[in-house]
Formats: sequence, structure tokens, C-alpha cells
Amino acid sequence: MTATSTTVPLVALVGNPNAGKTTLFNALTGSSQRVGNYPGVTVEKISGTYTFEGSKFECVDIPGLYSMRPRSADEAVATEVVEGRGESETRPDLLVAVLDAANLERHLFFFSQLAEQDLPMIAAITMTDLAAKEGRPVDLAALERYLGVPVIAVVAHKGVGLDRLRAAIAGELREPSTRARGLDSLESQVDAMSERLARGGFDVDRDEIRRGLEGDPDLANRFEEMPEFLVPFEEARASLTKPALHDAEARYAWAARVRTHVVKGRPTPKQSRTDKIDRVLTHRVFGLVVFASVMFVVFQSIYTLAGPLMNGIEWLFGKLGDFVEPQLAFSPVLQSLVVDGLITGVGSVLVFLPQILILFFFIAVLEGSGYLARAAFLMDKLLGWCGLNGRAFIPLLSSFACAIPGIMAARVMPDPRSRLATILVAPLMSCSARLPVYILLIGAFIQPQFGATWAGIALFGMHLVGLVVAIPVVAILNRGVLKGAKLPFVLELPVYQWPKWRDVWMTVFSRGKVFVKTAGTIIVVLSLMIWALAYFPRTSETETQLKAQYAALSPDFQAQVSEEHYLSEKLTEQSYLGRIGRAIEPAFAPAGFDWRIATTILMAFPAREVVVSSLGIIFNLGGDVDEESTDLRQALRKATWPDGRPLMTPWTAVGFMVFFALCCQCMATLAAIKRETNSWKWPLFVFVYMTTLAYLAAVGIEQLGRWVGGSV
Amino acid sequence: MRRGFWYHSSVAVAPMSNDFSDLRKGMRARVIAVPEHNEFAERLQELGLTRGTEFEVTQIAPLGDPIEIALRGYRLCLRRSEAAGFQIEVLP
Repeated sequence: MTATSTTVPLVALVGNPNAGKTTLFNALTGSSQRVGNYPGVTVEKISGTYTFEGSKFECVDIPGLYSMRPRSADEAVATEVVEGRGESETRPDLLVAVLDAANLERHLFFFSQLAEQDLPMIAAITMTDLAAKEGRPVDLAALERYLGVPVIAVVAHKGVGLDRLRAAIAGELREPSTRARGLDSLESQVDAMSERLARGGFDVDRDEIRRGLEGDPDLANRFEEMPEFLVPFEEARASLTKPALHDAEARYAWAARVRTHVVKGRPTPKQSRTDKIDRVLTHRVFGLVVFASVMFVVFQSIYTLAGPLMNGIEWLFGKLGDFVEPQLAFSPVLQSLVVDGLITGVGSVLVFLPQILILFFFIAVLEGSGYLARAAFLMDKLLGWCGLNGRAFIPLLSSFACAIPGIMAARVMPDPRSRLATILVAPLMSCSARLPVYILLIGAFIQPQFGATWAGIALFGMHLVGLVVAIPVVAILNRGVLKGAKLPFVLELPVYQWPKWRDVWMTVFSRGKVFVKTAGTIIVVLSLMIWALAYFPRTSETETQLKAQYAALSPDFQAQVSEEHYLSEKLTEQSYLGRIGRAIEPAFAPAGFDWRIATTILMAFPAREVVVSSLGIIFNLGGDVDEESTDLRQALRKATWPDGRPLMTPWTAVGFMVFFALCCQCMATLAAIKRETNSWKWPLFVFVYMTTLAYLAAVGIEQLGRWVGGSV
Repeated sequence: MRRGFWYHSSVAVAPMSNDFSDLRKGMRARVIAVPEHNEFAERLQELGLTRGTEFEVTQIAPLGDPIEIALRGYRLCLRRSEAAGFQIEVLP
């Protein structure tokens, strides 16, 4: 290679969704990928580099597009990258149009738009093996003549054609061969005219036709008396000026013409094996049974299988804390900062990894095999009526285990509007971290008074609350909040095949990395802020003073409450967090919550996982209690207001549970929303709407309880 | 899609035309008119559902919608309601 230029050429991969673009991109760039965001939108920018014959090439994977006429902000970004109009975007030096041989007509429609970009182009043809197997092989040499650009067949996951593609890219960048021919191309019009004339029995030289279309009046004069030739001839001349971008009919007419010339064989797809499988998998009975089974496995895996791994991570970070704690004994502030702030914060990021990795493993396998699209096909009607679509099913189902992988999984939805709606309601689904609260309160207030049946109903009901609330929320979001064009829900059911393990691995790896790097940073920073609120104001004397206070208390009290539990309660009470809890007590009074519950709620905002141990601290039992603790249940039942009224009636307990079901007490969720929507606006919105709903619901239930008649 | 009186009166003008709600599995049909100034219709045309296109219904989801059609050598799933306004004629 002779190129001495120091700038690295930028190659953009463009094509329809499902063209095999990502597999090709992975094969070209290997592990050099970087995932970033385009400014202002949710689309990810995926780029990478490769080296060919000693030169470096920058490669960007443009999100799948059906048309260069964008309908949504996300599509607009993708087209702007191609056109080099985006913010801080440099125009690609070359386009690789990825075309699916088994679906040539639609891909040629898009190619005809790309051809008007005036950029060097190469057509990479994927799925040639599939097209040949279906009895519709593509004549690549003929296609090259029609398109006017090098046409390279690639089978990316087997590495076939990659080096020829790399060589063609290098060659075209050195000296572009011919201009891409699309709809406006003279040659394709010459083809069409010469065909038409031949059918009419005229043998006219192609050069003569070309001259005629370019403006030479001879040909027009010759056919003056024959409107059947003159009319299409004039139309062809007119169409040589650029057609409107949305003129689908003209583009498809061109695409169909090219296709009939380059594809031999039947025009309708014959997917015998896939059709046979679909007869079962989309069957109205068996299809739904298989679907339910698959979803059960996916859900169980993130709900149950991830558990031991998460416990392992927590244990590891606990041990790390235990190890570091004595080393920092010289400075209590530093000790607490590192152990309770930093180590806990990093641990609380990594603890989500098992669920994220497992879910994305399943999504990649389901997507790679072709089943993910079937799942959306089966469930669309169920979710469509409330303004979502079938693709929302897996993200929402996953959110019942944990909203974070669920929110990240919403990227299986190409329509940005439905995707955002799904992200915004995913945190309403009752995640596994809410379960301990339900078990504690149902065990304390429902089961003893109403029996096991009602306890079971209450537990089930708590899991339904979020789902039921989500429906009107989506409806309102769709009416008033979400902007941008609505796109029709379209879906392609791809041919069933074995997942490409390389793609599966790369999906899992890149999702894990993205979460730890971007969401993780936010979570650690917020953890440190919350730590500071719960620690300060504390001086070296504070503890000594509290110990002296404890020593002065009655032996009866000392027998009931240990010094350690007393200290942690008092330290919480006098921290900024505790003071805020006291200050907002009046606001929570209509819900029947006192300062202790209010402080617990505040302490649970960063992560609701801590709620049981916070209650333990506040009720003088220490932070080591769990949701099965009889002492804590006892303490909750016996707790009173200063005037002796019981703190919690069953109504208050239900209100408290509903509060937890609806409230957004998980900063990791907010960090994930920030990452996925690329904006602080949406996490803030989720936080405000969920907290407001939770508060109103808790107040409503308590007030209803008082109106019905106090303690039932 | 529920339609009122006015729709039926327009059917009387073009007695041959059907729409997507009439389709059953295995039916073949041709697009005879597409709605104008309709974003959904524009996208569906970009996907190949232009005037004159013939297609066959290959699958219907268990709950009745969406449907999968074969057109232009590929298959596309779409919602009947979102293709409302496309006039089609059912082919024998």
C-alpha cells in the first residue's frame, strides 16, 4: 500500500436492520470495539479499528436503517452520520452497503438512496449461502454491473470474504472505481429502455439510447409517432434528475428490475425448515406453551441462578471491608468513608453484574437463533393495546427480577418511542429487592391477624401493584409526554439458525463493560454522597458522649438494648439524614409514618436493599436483622406514637408496602436510565413521578383505613 | 378497527376493495391504493408495500395480530390496524 496519509480513513457500515451488519462489523474489527453515544439521543455509537496490509482503518457501525428519510431522532442521527452532518461527525470516506442476498429487493431500495450520497461505495452481500440454499442464487457479476460498485460476498461468522472486502475497501479509497448507480443512474435507464425496445422488436444500440437520454434529439425524433416508446423515454429522461427521497414506488420498480436480472429462481421465499418450526412455535396453543416455558427459564435464571453469584460478590466485598477496616483504625472518618462508602458503593455496582450478564446471554442467544422476534410476534397484541409493543415483553419480565437488566434489555426495541416508554415503566415492576419488605410487613401485620391465605394474596397483590399502575402511566406518557414520530410496529421473523457464539459473547461482554464503566461511576459517586449524609455531622467526641449517655441509662434498658445497637441508632438519628427524616415527619404524617419510618425511607433511596437493616438500626436491634426476624416484627407491632397510639395499623403496613412497591428507591436504576437514555432528564422524571405516586398511594391507603375505621 | 357509517358508504363506491382486517391465513392480495399524508403508510411503502405489490398472508399471531405477509421475496410482520387505509384486493 502506498498511502502515506497520516489520517485514518473512516469506513461506515450501513444497511437495513437484520442485514448481518453487526456480525460483519464484529468480524472486521474484532475486540477493538468502543461503545459510545451520539449526542442527545439514545443511539449508541459503535466503532472499532482494523489493520490491513500495514494501514489502519477506522470502522463505524451505523444503526440499522430502512430509509435515508428519517422518521425519528434516532434515525436522524444515523442518517446524519452517513451524510456527515452530525455534531462533531466527520463524513465517512467510504460506505460499505450491507445487502442481504435473500432479501435483495428491499435492500436495493435502500441502496438506491445510498447511491445518491456521492461517496465511494462497496456492496457487501451477506447470506449468499442462504439464498443459494433457497434456490435463489445471486449473480454477483451481474449485480456489480447494475450497481456500479465492487460487490463482495461475505459470510462473516466463517470469515469468508473478509480479506477481499478489506482489500476492496483499501482499493476504493486509493482510487474509487465508478460511481454507484442507483435509481438516477443513466445505465439503469439505458437497460430499461433497451429492454423495452427489444420487446417491441427494435434493435437499438445502447450508445444511441444513452446519447438520447443525455439529450441528443435523434432518438426522440425517431419515436415521435410511437407514444408507447416516447412516453417512457421522456419519463426516463425526467427521472434522471434526482428523484424525491420518498418516492418508494419508483425505487422499488428499479429494485425489482435489478433483482429479476441478478436473481434466478422463484421470487417467493421458501423457508421450509423455518416454516416447519414456526408451525409449532407460533401455534396458538403450543406456541404459547413453548413461549411460557422459555420465559420461565430466562426469568428463573436471572431470579434464582444469579442469587448465589450475587451473594458471592456481597460476601467478597464484606470480607474486603473486614480486611481494610482495622488497617484504617487510626482515622474513623477515613475508615467509614472507605468501608461504608467506597467498598460498599463499588460492591453495589458489581452485584448487578450477574443478572445483567445472564440476561444478555439469553437475549443474545434468543436473538441469534431467531426466537426473540417470535416472542415479540406472539406478545404484541397483549402489550400493543396499552401503547407498548411485543418487544417490551422481555425487558418488563426481567424487571420483575431487577429493573437494571430490564432497562438495558429495552435496547432490543428499535422504535425509540416505545423503547423510552418501556424504560420509564420498567422500575415500577416489583423487583426482587422489594421482596424482603413485603415478607417483613406481611409477616408482622397480615399473617398473624388474617392467616396464611391472605398473606399469600397480599404478597401476590404487591407484585401486581406496579404492573397495574404501569398501564395508565404508559397511556399518559404516550398521550402527553413522549414526543417524536410514532412508527408502525414492524418485525421480521428471521430464518432459524444456531446462534453465533462470537456475537453472543461480544454482546454479553460489551453490556457488562458499559454498565460498570458508565452506570457504575454514577452509582459510586452517589454512594459517597449518601454515605456523607448518613455519617456527618460526627466528631471524635460524638461517640464518647453517646457511650456516657448509655452508661447513665437504667439497667433495664441496658439489658434490652446493647451499647452497639444504641450507638448505631443514635448516630443515625443525629446524622443529617436522621435530621432530615425528623424534619419531613409532618409530610409523612398523613400516610401514618413517623420520623423512624421517614428516616428508613430516606436511607433506602440509594438502594431499597438496605430497608430491613435500616429498620433494625432505627428500632434498636442493630443492622444485622433480616426480614424473618421475630424481634423486628415484634418491635414494629409494638411501636407507638408519643401519645401511645400504635404506630402501624394493617392499613399503614399496606400503605408502607405499596409505597415501597411504587417508589423509585434505587440509584442504580436511575444511573442505568441515565446511561440508556443519554440524558439526566429521564432519570429525574422517573424519580419524581414514582416518588409522587408512592406518596399519594400511601396517603390514600392510610386515609381510607382511618375512614373505614382505624385498626381493622 | 371499529368503523362507522361513513366507512360503509365508501365501500359502496369501490365494491372490490378490502382492507387488512379482512385477511386470513393463506390469502393472496394486491395493494390497490395507499393512504396519503400518513407516516405509517410512508414507512410501510419504504418496506416495499407500494401500489401494485402482491403479497400472501403467511402467518397470523395466536392473538389475531400482528400478521406476517410475504412480499418482494421477503416476509414482514405488521399490525392490521397500522396498515388501515391501505386498500387491497384479494386475489383468487
